[in-house]
Amino acid sequence: MQRSLKQIIIERLQREILDLEGFKTKTEYTQTKLGLRALENNFPNHTFPTGTIHEFVSEKPEHTACTSAFISGVLTKLNNQNGIYIWIGKQRQLFPVGLKKFGIQPHQIIFINLVKQKDILWATEEALKCKNLSGVISELEDITFAQSQRLQLTVEKSKVTGFILRTQTERINATACAARWQIKPVASENEEHLPGVGFSKWQVNLLKVRNGNTASCTVAYYHGQLAVVETVNTYPFTHQAIGS
Amino acid sequence: MSKRYLMIWFPYLVTDQMAIRQEELKGQAYALITQERNKQMIVNISYEAQHQGLRPNIPLADARIILPSLQTFKFHAQKEQKLLKAMAEWFIRYTPHVALNSPDGLFLDITGCTVWKSEEQHVKEITEHFANKYHIKIGIADTLGAAWAIAHYTKGQIAKPDEQLSHLLNLPPKALRLEEATLQRLAKLGFHSIDSFIHIAPSTLRRRFGDEINVRIGQALGHKPEAFEPITEPSPYQERLHCLEPIQTAKGIEIAIENLLENLCARLQKEDVGIRSATLSTFRLDGKLQQISIGTNQPSIHIKHLFKLFELKIKQIEPDLGIELFIMEITKVEALAKQQEALWQAQAQTDLGEIAELLDRISIKAGKNAIRRYLPQEHHWPENSIKAVTDLKEQPETEWPMHKPRPTVLLNQPEPIQVSVPIPDYPPMTFTYKGEIHRIAKADGPERIEQEWWLSEGKHRDYYQVEDEKGQRYWLFRSGHYDSKITAQWFIHGFFA
Repeated sequence: MQRSLKQIIIERLQREILDLEGFKTKTEYTQTKLGLRALENNFPNHTFPTGTIHEFVSEKPEHTACTSAFISGVLTKLNNQNGIYIWIGKQRQLFPVGLKKFGIQPHQIIFINLVKQKDILWATEEALKCKNLSGVISELEDITFAQSQRLQLTVEKSKVTGFILRTQTERINATACAARWQIKPVASENEEHLPGVGFSKWQVNLLKVRNGNTASCTVAYYHGQLAVVETVNTYPFTHQAIGS
Repeated sequence: MSKRYLMIWFPYLVTDQMAIRQEELKGQAYALITQERNKQMIVNISYEAQHQGLRPNIPLADARIILPSLQTFKFHAQKEQKLLKAMAEWFIRYTPHVALNSPDGLFLDITGCTVWKSEEQHVKEITEHFANKYHIKIGIADTLGAAWAIAHYTKGQIAKPDEQLSHLLNLPPKALRLEEATLQRLAKLGFHSIDSFIHIAPSTLRRRFGDEINVRIGQALGHKPEAFEPITEPSPYQERLHCLEPIQTAKGIEIAIENLLENLCARLQKEDVGIRSATLSTFRLDGKLQQISIGTNQPSIHIKHLFKLFELKIKQIEPDLGIELFIMEITKVEALAKQQEALWQAQAQTDLGEIAELLDRISIKAGKNAIRRYLPQEHHWPENSIKAVTDLKEQPETEWPMHKPRPTVLLNQPEPIQVSVPIPDYPPMTFTYKGEIHRIAKADGPERIEQEWWLSEGKHRDYYQVEDEKGQRYWLFRSGHYDSKITAQWFIHGFFA
């Protein structure tokens, strides 16, 4: 009896912490934020956490292209086309015209080109403090645990969602981010037997989810919507996500 | 003490300025014209044109008959006003009260300004300064009306105190600044000079010509008052802070900056303008001057924000023995955008102010070129299809193009690749990029994009969207046509999502 009471208290406290960290409790009868239920079920409370930091790993420019598109699709879903975003990177390679396809308004993105890692980190932190931004995307080679912790503390105050694109994949260390994603292209899907390149399709791997499950699924982009095509649970279940 | 007024008339104000700016116009006959309904009218003419028989306010067609070689330029009213204003500001060195007499004259209130130099010496000095630059005519008298008449209708004289009447006698009635109808009536009745009617009793004049003529005579002779509206003196946006003890610490500098900003922003707020750029000069004990400057994206009077911008640069100042004087100067101001006080921040509306302040901080550290926004441009050539803008509020004029596939990542420079192609005008079977062989499974295209011949020359590009066996998607192109002699070069230009 004594023990179970303790458990209940701990669970309640865990829920409160989750709430502070940006995992808002799902209210009944609401749609998922992204419309990707199979993917979002792996997060605590079954919701895609906003107001926190997401980490994306991509080693090749092909992967970066897919990751950028996926982030654009996610941002559009979250903000309904009228948000303002900041994209901090090393060099300009993102092509605004190509992003329009994924729902985002390219003129709503402010690009900031910086050379030094230190400057990018500083600018990212400054941007994350700005409550009026709908998203901050930062291309970083590497980030230490302390640096990510600092960014996480910043967003907890401002409730801005941050996305970190890591290009250095050899040394992946632990970070304070809510989730670590990896997005790879897979062969496109053609309608019927039409020739040519079909709809964009990606392998979305959730390598790490704080208080959630890892997962892997294939996501396609049809007619301006992200959709889960198939779920492959290649990673063993570690534990049940809290709140599920 | 009676007043003294000086009138300066620039008969060729704008045309003289043009001759100073453009050497080749010197000594030429030219005119400034404006469109008036369906005909072009001459507004201003140069000195030479005047001497060849032209007058302002005649149609250009008539002027061409008199002088076929007449050169013409467009007349800008604002430009003339601006120039006259600048002239007025220059004349503040002679007297604190300068008034404009649009379109081409200035009144100077020189009462009491002739203690060190006599009026004649002043006239000489001004004439010498403008010699070979502007044609000027000067009149000095006790009243504005008399000074105006002397400047416009004599060779330029000085009427001694209380002697303006004798100078006016021989001048035409026009010199009294009368209305056209009154002038015509005077001419009809044979009054060709002022002395012929000035001694007539006012009541008789009023009966014949209305009250205006008595007012103007009174103003010229000094019986009736005339308003004098001096221009406001421009005062620079500058604040000084003297320090009793030399300042050596960063904290001290911070306090100084805060102090200066508070004073400046209080003044700016009253005038409804904001800072775009500002410079802080610090004078060290040993006489060394050090400066730091900041710039903002949007006019701002937000002290906290401006202070933050300066704070990023305080490190550049070396106080050494100590700083004894701070001068904050605002080098560029702009009208503040009208802000509506919101009781609560609506979720849907984003406040650009906070974002602009963020960008200011970043641009102070990384430079203005680091920040970019892109708008669509109506060009098919991929490199030209976007344009960079710095303004936060600028919206796209055209829709973003969606009808053709465009990659998510575009290489800054297309990179050459090795390909094997089955037959001409087909997408390649394989290509090698950075030492890796990609076998192509699916392909779309070609989409031919021609060079814009009016911008640049070169070969066209045939773009293909291809997907390799691993599902990675690329944007490739062949430069130019197939040729039996030269093998066409293939390039990779981007990555599709």
